[in-house]
Amino acid sequence: MKAFQSEDPLLQVRNVTRYYGDRIGCANVSFDLWPGEVLAIVGESGSGKTTLLNCLSTRLAPTAGAIEYRMRDGAMRNLYQLSEAERRLLMRTDWGFVHQNAADGLRMNVSAGANVGERLMAVGERHYGNIRATADDWLGRVEIESDRIDDDPRSFSGGMRQRLQIARNLVTQPRLVFMDEPTGGLDVSVQARLLDLLRRLVADLGLSVVIVTHDLAVARLLSHRIMVMRHGNVIETGLTDQVLDDPREPYSQLLVSSILQV
Amino acid sequence: MPVRLYLNNVGKSFTMHLQGGTVIPVVDRVEFSVDTGECVVLGGPSGAGKSSILKMIYGNYRCDKGQILVTVGDRIVNVADAEPRQILRLREDTIGYVSQFLRTIPRVSAEHVVAEPLIAQGADEAEGLDRARALLARLNVPERLWTLPPATFSGGEQQRVNIARGFIAHYPILLLDEPTASLDAANRAVVVRLVEEKKAQGVAMVGILHDQDVREEIADRIVDVTNFSAEAAA
Repeated sequence: MKAFQSEDPLLQVRNVTRYYGDRIGCANVSFDLWPGEVLAIVGESGSGKTTLLNCLSTRLAPTAGAIEYRMRDGAMRNLYQLSEAERRLLMRTDWGFVHQNAADGLRMNVSAGANVGERLMAVGERHYGNIRATADDWLGRVEIESDRIDDDPRSFSGGMRQRLQIARNLVTQPRLVFMDEPTGGLDVSVQARLLDLLRRLVADLGLSVVIVTHDLAVARLLSHRIMVMRHGNVIETGLTDQVLDDPREPYSQLLVSSILQV
Repeated sequence: MPVRLYLNNVGKSFTMHLQGGTVIPVVDRVEFSVDTGECVVLGGPSGAGKSSILKMIYGNYRCDKGQILVTVGDRIVNVADAEPRQILRLREDTIGYVSQFLRTIPRVSAEHVVAEPLIAQGADEAEGLDRARALLARLNVPERLWTLPPATFSGGEQQRVNIARGFIAHYPILLLDEPTASLDAANRAVVVRLVEEKKAQGVAMVGILHDQDVREEIADRIVDVTNFSAEAAA
């Protein structure tokens, strides 16, 4: 399978702006995302990364601008002109959203198997045996032992919860996944395992991903392209290694030079 | 012989905003071309801008002015103003880069690191791994290391893993960034043979090689980078 060959973007973002009162959340953000492409949005806390991610994923209506998405039938649709039912179907099937805090993306009081199976039922799967088998397969793909399928995620470690959240998101074979600091708050060895897992799944499934992170090492490992944000504005964009090896803007240079060497 | 790569009036400088906006000129008016099956070696002392030229061709340094024209089938792509996704596509099937330093990825085994570019070009995993093992063997990487992630390998072992990764797939253009630095004589000879095989396949190569012997063996032409000194041109 070859990436970067498709001629049609999956997501087209034009001048997306979000105000909170008279404060800017993010301003005039435009970009295209192609199938199989991973875009990292980097910047410090308060730079507008998460505001932008929430606008893109229809969790927060932008004040201005347009976001168009290529539906499975090939038609480009304006996300904020979809009906509520269409939008919910999209979020449950064709999209995923991986939260920093796994508890925000999981149902903590139902079993691991049910967490994964629930998304399958949302796309119409009804056969219990099939749902359980698929859930078991996905738990395996995110390296959760089969014998934990009936345990609820409250008994899981942070890293396991995050892997479960990823399985829950990917089981419906989405085309676009949003991730908000997916490795934040995990210790480094757990982070490394999760990153490797994500890197492999993204490549194998040909996913398009928009990932928000303040960790440039995560961006380097996972993304093809980087967008640097500051004070709600996109100040620099480019190929990931171009922005990290040859940053042009003062703030990008500061970000890159602030990485601790191990 | 058809031209594969042509640099026309290429210039590059760095602006260091954290040092009060100091502008460091690197190169200016770089002009040379590389034909099919030819190996051009960039000459000149450290700091002359050899690496910067290589990185501009690969697209991880931005090119401030001029054109970097790459022949792709019957098209010509200008790397200097290409979209990121065009550059990614070039890196998948047109331009390869062999560097000294391996960027290790947690938990990925040496043989998978090596096979990855071939698999990205569409080879199946078994074939990719077979070719990877053959190359690791040629470069004298001990077999017991093949299934281990290279993070804990010695510097020389990591370098040879990276060389295998750089040579495994076919790219019409291959950039060599000191591939033989710090290798022993036996492994240097292996790299020289790998380069000769690529030449025979018509690959156009641009290299930085400080090793005099290796340079004499593989260079068809030496381009002196000091001719493109930004100060001299200014």
